[in-house]
Amino acid sequence: MSGAGRNSRFTLTLLGLGFVFLYAPILSLIVYSFNESRLVTVWSGFSFKWYGELFRDRQLMDAVWVSIRVAFYTAWAAVAIGTMAAMLLVRFRRFAGKTLFGALITAPLVMPEVITGLSLLLLFVFIGELIGTPIMRGMGTIWIAHTTFATAFVTVVVASRLTEMDRSLDEAAMDLGANRLKVFFVITLPLIVPALVAGWLLAFTLSLDDLVIASFVSGPASTTLPMKVFSSVRMGVSPKINALATLWILAVSLAAVIAWWVMARSERKRREESQGNDETT
Amino acid sequence: MRNLLRGRFPGARWLVIAVPFLWMLVFFAVPFAIVLKISFAEGLIAMPPYSDILTRTDKGVIIQLNFENYLYMVRDSLYVSAYLGSLKIALISTFLCLLIGYPMAYAISRLDPTARNIALLLVILPSWTSFLIRVYAWIGILKNNGLINNFLMWIGAISEPLQILHTPLAVYVGVVYTYLPFMILPLYANLVRLDPRLEEAAYDLGAKPWRVFLSLTLPMTLAGIIAGSMLVMIPVVGEFVIPELLGGPDTLMIGKVLWEEFFNNRDWPVASAVAIIMLLLLVIPITIFHHYQSRDMEKRLA
Repeated sequence: MSGAGRNSRFTLTLLGLGFVFLYAPILSLIVYSFNESRLVTVWSGFSFKWYGELFRDRQLMDAVWVSIRVAFYTAWAAVAIGTMAAMLLVRFRRFAGKTLFGALITAPLVMPEVITGLSLLLLFVFIGELIGTPIMRGMGTIWIAHTTFATAFVTVVVASRLTEMDRSLDEAAMDLGANRLKVFFVITLPLIVPALVAGWLLAFTLSLDDLVIASFVSGPASTTLPMKVFSSVRMGVSPKINALATLWILAVSLAAVIAWWVMARSERKRREESQGNDETT
Repeated sequence: MRNLLRGRFPGARWLVIAVPFLWMLVFFAVPFAIVLKISFAEGLIAMPPYSDILTRTDKGVIIQLNFENYLYMVRDSLYVSAYLGSLKIALISTFLCLLIGYPMAYAISRLDPTARNIALLLVILPSWTSFLIRVYAWIGILKNNGLINNFLMWIGAISEPLQILHTPLAVYVGVVYTYLPFMILPLYANLVRLDPRLEEAAYDLGAKPWRVFLSLTLPMTLAGIIAGSMLVMIPVVGEFVIPELLGGPDTLMIGKVLWEEFFNNRDWPVASAVAIIMLLLLVIPITIFHHYQSRDMEKRLA
């Protein structure tokens, strides 16, 4: 141990082992997606045939389309509601029910999915009874359910950006006579754009990933991708699922690398600008 | 300044409060009241498959509470052992996540900024790919003719494949694997704010590394430990996918029981009662989590 502030060989080894643990299963998924054999873990030669099978599976492709549409609408709704919720928590000093609201926003982060799913389904059935006609369960109900829990995650992301933000710009604009609404759209919003993008992507992936809640609130006509994957995985392993996993991982990694690059660039630009400002003052 | 807004845009402030508040109230809080109501109903073969606890007569409304669902859960030992099994698996895997996650978070917080960002991205990246697919990956690794058994037989360590899939061990592996990032991130957030000069001072005063860790680093990052532990423990108690895909007949977990009551037995009242008891068990952990979340935000605002 060389002391504080630096890593010893010991902690770096543990970190390396941790990453092996996190990535070895993902790597094995990718490798065996190119396997000729139907037996997922017996190697018999390189092949793209499972990718072909994947794209020929109409039901699976339909499920992909359902999931992408739900995730897209969820992401926009969650960003809109989540941004309002974050403003409420960070910028609004006090109002009746703020404590309750804080609880309503943090509880969905940890609430077991089976409870959320069951309770939302019972709500939809209850509303159906109230209005006299059953509510059609399908993409609409999945969208409501996903928006509800994704909003909680977006709120956390946006709120943490708002707390870090320098408020002197806002105050200056208000001193110059701009009203709050204008200050929000002209000053605050552009500054929190990175958090909004991160929140949008997070909501999108959360929605795309959800199996349990969607299973409760979906109808017979709307099967999402995780529901399809789940029913196929229950039957046993299939190289087709490996091919799907590989494409999924590829898409996510690509998005992550781009997001990282954009963020690193804007960070650098901001640093250069603030240095420039320091020199002129 | 606020008066200015009230003067010009009285609706805007009201709208920002009303939209998220009403949304979460209607779609998150109210449903629990309905679950509570249905947990006191009787199961029926109808649509919806439960009785109404309110009956309207000439003399007014009669409330009929049926405690049978709760009594049923006490009488059948399956439910009690499923709750206990879930708690046990949640507690042990939270501890395992802490054991693996703490050194990782510690090492990441002490990397130089560029390497730190890449390491963080590497921690988050798996959780942005599908949860289901990450659980599925372990089936291929753990099953009887899977990677681990094939490897062990190839080097000659075993002659018969070991039964790992469909055992509690497989459930622990799956839980720790999928929930590890949720432990690392709050730990990292706390560790990175820890002033390295404090540790420096302790070393200068002659403290041994383990002593610095136990009496300085560990207590200073307690908030992160609690936040991370709650983020893992609470959802794992209700976990369904992992025991369903990796567990066997002897891994009883309450999330799976709820799922089966609802989808296989179509017994909505019992499923609701199972959910209510699970919520009661989780109220205290959720309150602790909420307390630390809001304290963390206030600290950063101050």
